[in-house]
Amino acid sequence: MVSFVIKRLFQSAIVMLAVALISFFLFNFVGDPISNMVGQETTVEDRAELRERLGLNEPFLYQFGRFVGHALQGDFGISYRLQRPVEDLIAERMPATLELVFVSAILAIVFGVVGGLFTGLKKDHWASKLIMTTSLVGVSLPTFVIGILLIYIFAVKVHWLPSFGRGEVVDIGGWTTGLLTVSGWKAIILPAITLALYQTTLILRIIRSEMLEVMRADFIKFARARGLKRRDINYGHALKNTLIPVITVTGLQIGSLIAFSIITETVFQWPGMGSLFIQAVQFADIPIMSAYLVLVAFFFVVINLTVDLLYFVVDPRLRADVKG
Amino acid sequence: MAVLDISNLCIEFPTRRGVLSAVEDLTLSIEAGEILGIVGESGAGKSLTGNAIVGLLEPPGHVTEGVILLNGRDITHLPESEMRKIRGAQIGVIFQDPLTSLDPLYTIGQQLTQTILTHKKMSNAQAKAWAIELLNEVGIPAPERRFDAFPHEFSGGMRQRVVIALALCCDPCLIIADEPTTALDVSVQAQIIALLKRLSREKGVATMLVTHDMGVIAEAADRVAVIYSGRLAEIGDVRSVIDAPKHPYTKGLMDSIPQIGQNLKILPNIVGAMPRLDARPDGCAFNPRCSKAKFICHQQAAPLIEAGSVGQRAACWVYEGGEKYV
Repeated sequence: MVSFVIKRLFQSAIVMLAVALISFFLFNFVGDPISNMVGQETTVEDRAELRERLGLNEPFLYQFGRFVGHALQGDFGISYRLQRPVEDLIAERMPATLELVFVSAILAIVFGVVGGLFTGLKKDHWASKLIMTTSLVGVSLPTFVIGILLIYIFAVKVHWLPSFGRGEVVDIGGWTTGLLTVSGWKAIILPAITLALYQTTLILRIIRSEMLEVMRADFIKFARARGLKRRDINYGHALKNTLIPVITVTGLQIGSLIAFSIITETVFQWPGMGSLFIQAVQFADIPIMSAYLVLVAFFFVVINLTVDLLYFVVDPRLRADVKG
Repeated sequence: MAVLDISNLCIEFPTRRGVLSAVEDLTLSIEAGEILGIVGESGAGKSLTGNAIVGLLEPPGHVTEGVILLNGRDITHLPESEMRKIRGAQIGVIFQDPLTSLDPLYTIGQQLTQTILTHKKMSNAQAKAWAIELLNEVGIPAPERRFDAFPHEFSGGMRQRVVIALALCCDPCLIIADEPTTALDVSVQAQIIALLKRLSREKGVATMLVTHDMGVIAEAADRVAVIYSGRLAEIGDVRSVIDAPKHPYTKGLMDSIPQIGQNLKILPNIVGAMPRLDARPDGCAFNPRCSKAKFICHQQAAPLIEAGSVGQRAACWVYEGGEKYV
């Protein structure tokens, strides 16, 4: 178990290094950073001096080492456009994105699991058929269309909810939260639904098909033949056996919630990391782009590690394999 | 009074191409302490009969006619809530594959105590003590230590013992063992059969042993029922049926078991195959493969007729009017 964790941590470190390398390459391949930083009138001498001062004449590996060293200390350089440290910009924007992702993930898991269980256990019920048909909408409609549709209905037509922004936020020790104000909650509803819809339908469909599969298993038949209560069979035996694939998919989906939030944040002008990234792309603001890339990769790595550890909690067979 | 008394049981499956009758007019009974073997090819309706008794027929299959009596009580069409209290408590079921019959995510102790506590009012400690006693009884060494083990930590034979312990949890009066030894290797098979026999002798449990293995039947059963295409072909004392089979199908079966010391060029077999449910001929379902088939065999299926030794009956027109066939 411990050796497994150490192995996985080592692998995670390699993945992060690879991502760092790619994002470092961004600096070198998306044009000359010097010409991005200085104006047209700058003389060749001034450019050379700046190049020397920024250490861009050093060998490639040395530069990369310095980039990683700084990144480990949370230093991603200075935004070209905003002329402020990237880490400060991201720290300002991160609470908005993480809150949005958190609320969406809760929505997706609650509705996905409940809906998946219902449609899996009562597959011939009319409500199951209705849920399965509508879930196709969630799978096939692009996020931005759903977002625009929701804005049109709930913000433009009936004026129930705001169409953009985070509402009022409260600052708690540097973390700005919108979850403590009414306007903050009102503002998060539409983007959270938009972001959660695809994930909900995906989790729902996976739980459903896993449940259908497990309900046919011999041990479920044997549990019924022993006269166990329906509730114990459905939730104790069947649901627990569907958890491994569900944890896998849910984990990866929380990763993509962070990644997908770019689109949702753009549609709802949500002041999170995603909209920061989109603006950075428009202005070729490479420090922000590469920091964002490293950060998203970091989230994915952490989530995957958590998923791997959860397997051990759920499945005793894996614990045995690692022991032996 | 017989523990299990089935009369005229019919099981049908409505399908798009019409109603298929999988079991027709099946009548049999099992006494306390008796092991009744049920033999037949795949698809003959052996397992369906077992499932029908415990009310676990896969829809759309259902019992259309007949009565199933358990200790005199009609359990044929009990509502699910009532049936659930009988399953596991009065009727224990053992399935074919011990490797997949146990939930991999729970310890065997958890699965045993869950079953016990579902049916009996006991404290957790009492249930645990009872579970350990059961494990001991089915021959699991060091049951206290194995109580907290997961199914994957057991061998196939040991898992089947755990499955039997689970079936025995609440002292059932009837055990339905559906191919309990098919997935096990031969030496383990013998141990499991010995265990089933001992339990039925010592506890007076009536056992329905469903299998396609004649060797298992000869070893374990007191009486045997041969099923062909959903109908009882022959029933009787195990020695009479094996040594002096009366139904042409049973005869064919027995002839096709090679004997040690016999030097055969060609293994005798029954020509043809059992008809599909939707392609069953009129009259006796065996008539296309039967060398003795008469005119009436194509018109009407034969009832069970006394033939051979006492209590031995065969569903064959050959024995009508006391006629002797071989």
